[in-house]
Amino acid sequence: MLGEGIAKGFVETARNFLGSYFSKDRLTTVQFPEERAPQIEATRDFPFLVYDGDDWQAGMRCVGCQICEKECPPKCIYIEKSKDKKPDAVGKPQFYPAVFNIDVSVCMSCQICVEVCPFEAIKMDTEFELSTDDRFGGLLWDKARLSKSNEYYRKVHPTDAAVSDAILAEEKAKAEAKAKAATESKANPALANAPQAGSEVPSTQ
Amino acid sequence: MGETADQFFVTLQHWLVGHAPASLQPILSSLLSVVAILGVFALLFAITTVLERKGLGRIQNRYGPNRVGPFGFLQPIADGIKSLTKEDIVPHAADKVVHFLAPVVLVLAAFSLYAVLPLGRNMVLANLDAGVLFFFAVSSVMELTIFMAGWSSRNKYSLLGAMRAIAQMISYEVPLILASVTVIMAAGSLSTVAIVEKQAGYTGILPHWFVFTPWGFAGFVLFMIAATAESNRSPFDLPEGESEIIAGYYTEYSGFKFALFFLGEYLGMFAISGLGITLFLGGWAAPFSFLAWVPSYLWFFAKLLGMIVVFIWVRGTLPRLRMDQLMNFAWKFMLPMALLNLVTVAVWHFLPQGVLRWIVCGLMVVVPYVLLGRGLTRGWKLEKRVYRFAE
Amino acid sequence: MLFTIFAILTVAGAAAAMSLRNLVHSVLALTVAFAGLAAVYLHLGAQFIGLAQILVYVGAVAILIVFAILLTRDAGATSQSILSSSWIGNGTVVLVIFGILAWAIHHSATSQRVVLPQPEASMQQIGNALMLRFALPLEIIGVLLTVALIGAVTIAMREKKETR
Repeated sequence: MLGEGIAKGFVETARNFLGSYFSKDRLTTVQFPEERAPQIEATRDFPFLVYDGDDWQAGMRCVGCQICEKECPPKCIYIEKSKDKKPDAVGKPQFYPAVFNIDVSVCMSCQICVEVCPFEAIKMDTEFELSTDDRFGGLLWDKARLSKSNEYYRKVHPTDAAVSDAILAEEKAKAEAKAKAATESKANPALANAPQAGSEVPSTQ
Repeated sequence: MGETADQFFVTLQHWLVGHAPASLQPILSSLLSVVAILGVFALLFAITTVLERKGLGRIQNRYGPNRVGPFGFLQPIADGIKSLTKEDIVPHAADKVVHFLAPVVLVLAAFSLYAVLPLGRNMVLANLDAGVLFFFAVSSVMELTIFMAGWSSRNKYSLLGAMRAIAQMISYEVPLILASVTVIMAAGSLSTVAIVEKQAGYTGILPHWFVFTPWGFAGFVLFMIAATAESNRSPFDLPEGESEIIAGYYTEYSGFKFALFFLGEYLGMFAISGLGITLFLGGWAAPFSFLAWVPSYLWFFAKLLGMIVVFIWVRGTLPRLRMDQLMNFAWKFMLPMALLNLVTVAVWHFLPQGVLRWIVCGLMVVVPYVLLGRGLTRGWKLEKRVYRFAE
Repeated sequence: MLFTIFAILTVAGAAAAMSLRNLVHSVLALTVAFAGLAAVYLHLGAQFIGLAQILVYVGAVAILIVFAILLTRDAGATSQSILSSSWIGNGTVVLVIFGILAWAIHHSATSQRVVLPQPEASMQQIGNALMLRFALPLEIIGVLLTVALIGAVTIAMREKKETR
């Protein structure tokens, strides 16, 4: 009958109106400055450098290999290697970056730097409220600004952090096993030429 | 006690006017009423803009404006400041005099519509013998101002929008007037005060409002649909909705003139709802006899708020009608129904009181509605859309 | 005094309608003249006629004229002057005739007749007269309007068929 559809429409709208006072389903607005919409875990915004432990300079995983600098498509990373070495995440003495700058206004969040890093040193952050009124340097971040702890990484990306920690733990275990085998072969020179049962995997890092 | 509250504003006016010399008293009394009407309906306009935005927001699963003032209710002040301080841009080729006069005459005509609406017992500005005719006469002036607005902008889209707006308003004037004629026939007078007084009685607790009769209900529905079209309101807002797509008759207006157009449109909406309330819903009369102690003006404004809520609800629900659908609806559906309604009210008047006249008039209203509805929608088929180039 | 104001408004509107260059401006001035006339009717107490004047003339006839102008000709400013080339001679003739007519009316019997009491013309009486005494003219006018409506629809329909 004429008017039936209109009546159904009215009922639907009234239900929406009244329901918006009672259920969250019918009022989906997130009032931005006061509330935040929940982000999914795989959110990525801009990179940060991971450090283990409490001291960001001593615990920094980055060894200054400059692979991410070379692979970055818009070339927003600038690295200067240091002259001296310090122990890295696995324990081996490595160089470290004396200068590590990322121009976040250029960065396109492609995550290539994360994918190519062999040391689990650079990861993607989830912070997006980064506006600044300093036009000429506010978005050029240095090493100190970029470093965030592994605890923070576990908080924002739990799954990825677990994977990263597992990889690092495995490497550390391998390195320790190699070191133990080296010390054992030094202590027992007779066993140095015989094939060892423990060392089955040649290091490929 | 109820009597004094009911006549509070009337006695206030008499007291204020009593201080002036006798020769000036009529003018002063009218002036006071005019100022009161201006103030009250401008305030109602402000409240309606917020209510509409918040209501539409809730219907659309979002908040309305909620930053300015508590729950956003001071938003009209912000809007007012914005429209007053915006630059008034007049196109170079526009007709300056007509461009300036169009919103002014619109608001003038819209405000003068309130002169014949009885806002409460003894509270009408001008008790004209031909009040309803005055109302329709002035609302036809509003159509001319829309043409002035569209033509003076020297913009072909504005002109097209204005032509369509006028065509729409003229087409819907016919069912509007015919629906009112049924009430005039039943009340026997063109004076709004007499029409309201005819509806002020009660049988038991039920009121004598015209909307509670078969012809009155049909007439009310027709009147409200035509009123929505007359005030260019959704779903009949093609003239102003076009402005979101191409242009409309008030595209070339900015700042305060734009605000004046909105003011004129909303005032027209209030006035025509007020007329609908006066003609069909009993004006300032209470719905039940035991509620008659509430002052009459409060009932009028409560009914007006109810109509505003229904307007907002309709706006949030129905999609915009296309121009040809709109015109078809007016001439092919509403006009026949309005004419049949005229016959129905005559039959109602001449049949004796009782169940028989309810049944006969009810059938005379319902059967043509169903048949006409079926006849007009017979050709509609919802087909699957075929795209020429996309497959 | 009120009558003077309305009279001046009407005459000014009519004069402007004749002398304005822009066609749509002259239509709007004509509308002002209609409104002035309606004000005169209302001042005389003829509510129905006054309001019907606004409803019909301002609301419908003016819009009709406007539509007609816009659909048929370019409503730009006319290039030639409003006054014709022999306006002095024509103006003199008009003024002389006006003078003669005014003198004649002023000195005739009609200006000295007694003013009759204002006739009763309430809405009720107009309605009664239309329905009872003047029912036949009302019906004839209705038939005339229906014929005009049908004619308009027929013409419009035929045009549509031709263009298809």
